[in-house]
Amino acid sequence: MKKDEVPQDKSNLESANFKELCYAVDENGEYTTVNSSGWDPKTIALDNAIQEINARVEDAKKRVLDNQTSPIEYYMELHKMDVNILASYVRIWKWRVKRHFKPHVFKKLSDKTLQKYADVFEISIEQLKNIEYGD
Amino acid sequence: MEIKFTHHQSAHCENGVVSNLMKHNGFNVSEPMVFGIGSGLLFCYIPLLMVNHAPAITYRAMPGFIFKRFAKRVGIKIKREKFKDPKKAKARLDENLKNNNPVGLQVGVYNLVYFPDEYRFHFNAHNLVVYGKENDTYLISDPVMETVTTLTEKQLEKVRFAKGAFAPKGHIYYPTDFPNELKLESAIKKGIKQTCREMLAPMPIVGVKGIRTIAKLIRKWPKKKGIKVANHYLGQIVRMQEEIGTGGGGFRYIFAAFLQESSKVLNNERLAELSKEMTQIGDLWRDFAVDASRIYKNRGTKVDGYNDIASQLETIADKEEVFFKKLKKAI
Repeated sequence: MKKDEVPQDKSNLESANFKELCYAVDENGEYTTVNSSGWDPKTIALDNAIQEINARVEDAKKRVLDNQTSPIEYYMELHKMDVNILASYVRIWKWRVKRHFKPHVFKKLSDKTLQKYADVFEISIEQLKNIEYGD
Repeated sequence: MEIKFTHHQSAHCENGVVSNLMKHNGFNVSEPMVFGIGSGLLFCYIPLLMVNHAPAITYRAMPGFIFKRFAKRVGIKIKREKFKDPKKAKARLDENLKNNNPVGLQVGVYNLVYFPDEYRFHFNAHNLVVYGKENDTYLISDPVMETVTTLTEKQLEKVRFAKGAFAPKGHIYYPTDFPNELKLESAIKKGIKQTCREMLAPMPIVGVKGIRTIAKLIRKWPKKKGIKVANHYLGQIVRMQEEIGTGGGGFRYIFAAFLQESSKVLNNERLAELSKEMTQIGDLWRDFAVDASRIYKNRGTKVDGYNDIASQLETIADKEEVFFKKLKKAI
């Protein structure tokens, strides 16, 4: 990549007002560093990943409202987590976390367990029980 | 208190932290030098591990390895510690700052407040330097950022004790002992040799063979997983290759910069030629990213597109195989 070929496309980096560093060669073939404001192929990949997450969140929400899963799964998706990550944050076995996704199990959870989840998601137990607050 | 510390922006966090800490201690070592000597370049597909619901592929060595190898090869000593108790982790950090010693920390990205929201994923192998503390605010030099920044005690504890794969566990590290002069020449040779060995390893998931394996998988994905999932996977590959920290082209440009610098240190013309060749290979990786992005942008249903980019990857694998064989002989 030549110095003047370093892409300066519009990207989400702008929102945080920073540019990333790229390595490129100058006119004399010497390596140097150039700041880049972004590159479309990357931006599209990132946008797609975010859309994917949003779709997962929406889907989880729908299933909570249909009483197919518990709000824990919804908040997990909202925080871009998967079961492995959530389990290690709440310090509960993975299989138990998965069990807590079942609405009838979730209903019987003690406040102590609920509080663990609420702490990780940084919400109150009330908000945890009712996902409408989550918006 | 604030330690006099000069922030230099770098492409990649780990090299950047090491390079900045070395510069702070009076050794002018560039980011590509750290990357090359630490054998940072790699291609590895990790089967079974899923990151963001897609297969895990990495273009670099495991977190922490670059610094470890770099230190061993140039002859510096490093101290590193992990903690179970956040309080102890904080005490050790404060103690070092009091002794005027800036330190490197491994942190998780998800709760890193100064990052743009879109970039905050559960990725735990980010690195930064803490160079001071004012009241309850830490002064942070994050090498991928253009300028220095700050984090409160609470914010820093959260990122130091992020959970999930590669959990940092408060990981703190800093150089403790330096030789009078760095042994760059032998270190460069060792670094290059290991990179060649890894890229040419006879394993289907590592190096050139790993690239071929991924090419094969790309051909299968649209039929096996459906277009939607295939596109998601493809996007993930491009993100790993080009995301902040790689310097472009899946670290190939940084590596080319390293070869160029090394050719001067070792007085080896051959390395300068190979640096040019690596730059061209980097350009091929960029082309691959452009073509891959066309597929997932248009959500194209053509299976041809996948075969095309798979062939591109195979071409890259062939070129890299020839390249690393030549590089092995050049030193």
